[in-house]
Amino acid sequence: MKIVVMIKQVPDTTEVKLDQRTGTLIREGVPSIINPEDKNALEEALTLKESTGAEVVVISMGPPQAEDALREALAMGADKAILLTDRAFAGADTWATATTVGMALKTIGDFDLVLAGRQAIDGDTAQVGPQVAEYLQIPQITYVREFVLGDGKVRARRAVEDGFEEIEAELPALLTIIKEANTPRFPHAAAIMTAYREQEVTFWGAEDIGADPETVGLKGSPTQVKRSFSPPPKEPGQIIQSAPGEAAKDLVGILRNKNII
Amino acid sequence: MDFTFSKEHQLLRRMVREFAEQEVAPIAEEIDREERVPFEVLEKAGKLGLMGIPFPQKYGGAGAGEIGYCILMEEMNKVCGSTATIIGAHTGIGAMAIYLDGTEEQKQKYLVPLARGEKIAAFALTEPNAGSDAAAIQTRAVRDGDSFVLNGSKTWITNGDIADVISVLAVTDPALGARGGVTAFIVEKGFPGFKVGRKEEKLGIRGSSTAELFFEDCRVPVENALGMFGVGFLTFMKTLDVGRISLGAGCLGGAQKALEMSMDFAKSRYQFGAPVAAKQAIQWMIADMAMEIEALRSMIYRTAWMMDSGQTGREFSTMAAMCKVYGSEVLCRAADVAVQIHGGMGYMKKYPVERMYRDARITRIFEGTNEIQREIIARNLFRKLGLRLR
Repeated sequence: MKIVVMIKQVPDTTEVKLDQRTGTLIREGVPSIINPEDKNALEEALTLKESTGAEVVVISMGPPQAEDALREALAMGADKAILLTDRAFAGADTWATATTVGMALKTIGDFDLVLAGRQAIDGDTAQVGPQVAEYLQIPQITYVREFVLGDGKVRARRAVEDGFEEIEAELPALLTIIKEANTPRFPHAAAIMTAYREQEVTFWGAEDIGADPETVGLKGSPTQVKRSFSPPPKEPGQIIQSAPGEAAKDLVGILRNKNII
Repeated sequence: MDFTFSKEHQLLRRMVREFAEQEVAPIAEEIDREERVPFEVLEKAGKLGLMGIPFPQKYGGAGAGEIGYCILMEEMNKVCGSTATIIGAHTGIGAMAIYLDGTEEQKQKYLVPLARGEKIAAFALTEPNAGSDAAAIQTRAVRDGDSFVLNGSKTWITNGDIADVISVLAVTDPALGARGGVTAFIVEKGFPGFKVGRKEEKLGIRGSSTAELFFEDCRVPVENALGMFGVGFLTFMKTLDVGRISLGAGCLGGAQKALEMSMDFAKSRYQFGAPVAAKQAIQWMIADMAMEIEALRSMIYRTAWMMDSGQTGREFSTMAAMCKVYGSEVLCRAADVAVQIHGGMGYMKKYPVERMYRDARITRIFEGTNEIQREIIARNLFRKLGLRLR
């Protein structure tokens, strides 16, 4: 059995700051990590590897430095790592990203299961997993808390607002995993050393997956970010420190001045 | 010149930091109060390769070298002085002696399970009448057929009562003394005649155990002699050299944590209508701490790099002694200042600064007092001028 896990490298903070002038993310000084729920997806794959001997392939799309996220996945126990990196992939929205990852999955070919985190902490779209499933025309089950495999099928328990749904689907299928599914393992210290010193990360560009540059990256993106901004900070409140009787008068005065009463 | 850590060491640091924060920090206060060795933490650490970080993978280690080991000690001592001490005695000196001078058979038999954390090591040098004057040890080892028979006692041995394997120094020829008459041995806790005595109560690092060891006609197989016969003193001194770097690295982590806690406190504690960080007195304390910590960091990792690149001559030995002295003194000053900045809160058991202050104090004493280290440093320096001091 072959399991492919989609991972994304994200800045290690849920409070991403924006450069007010350019509207882009400020990444300096913020360490990069594997997106937390992608780690939960990887943990599910590694648990299956232990019980079934499945091969675990991790795949990511991003700039060359995303290699570090894949090395960490190798240290945790993944067997192979593929990084989709090419200038042609840059500026992709979720649609173009899903197209690229989908083409890479077709290139891999013989997978039985695709796992991804529910959503990334930087974009919060939760779109790429489902879009990849649509691209590949395979069943998808999102928000998965737990699942079992058998008879060429997957049976998954999916978290919905007021409970769970049990869904069964034919393999190959794509599942997106929520953080409640498990606690990702720590990599073994020796495996960290081996992941960097001995294991390999395969780099694939547009040509390797047979991608037409018009369908990927910025050119293949039907949506574009026009502007990013942080909401203006709330103005600090005013504390009236006079004695209670005086304070009430002061408060009424302030509210009158502001034409509120 | 390049001061960046390798990518693998950066990932190792992140892993170790998360492990320390998630698994060790929550129990640090309790093991100190209860004087309890955190076996559950040691077991988890062993399964993640953290009990044998510096050793090659072929001996069950992580292959992360002295730099990797210093990273572990730095991160661990930020959250728990007791756990760092246990790992230090186990990896940094107990198992390290076997790694440095053991035969291939000894490494396979003893180092592999120690590096994997399946067994715990200790390092037994100090005796009631031989502390800084280590050459004055009296534990005797006499050859009898296929074994040596050990008689004597060791005191203040970290991990002494929990260790499965102990590196022990004993006199094999009293006439020759430290120069040819002392041999190192690998002793298993199950060897007949090996006994554990009283467990000490301590000011700090109370989650680590410190015990007396007794050897009463303790039979040790001849093949358990460690290193060359008669030169065990060199094996032990060489091991302590290496241990002093990582001890300094632990101090670095503790001092860094003291600085971080002091800054957080100075930022949030308001007096006279402003954070106390606005006071010049506090600013100068913070600046002095930060400068010393940066100097220490450079010293520690340069010396660790010397070890990993095989530069282990006399200059290395001098640098290792400096790591121990400077590290312990930077830590003690930082812990003292941290208590001062925290004021009354720094003195209360409720806050971790109080524990850090108690845990710090031992570092100026154990693994060779700072006074002896200064002698080593000065002697090595004068030796360059052709002056031999004894």
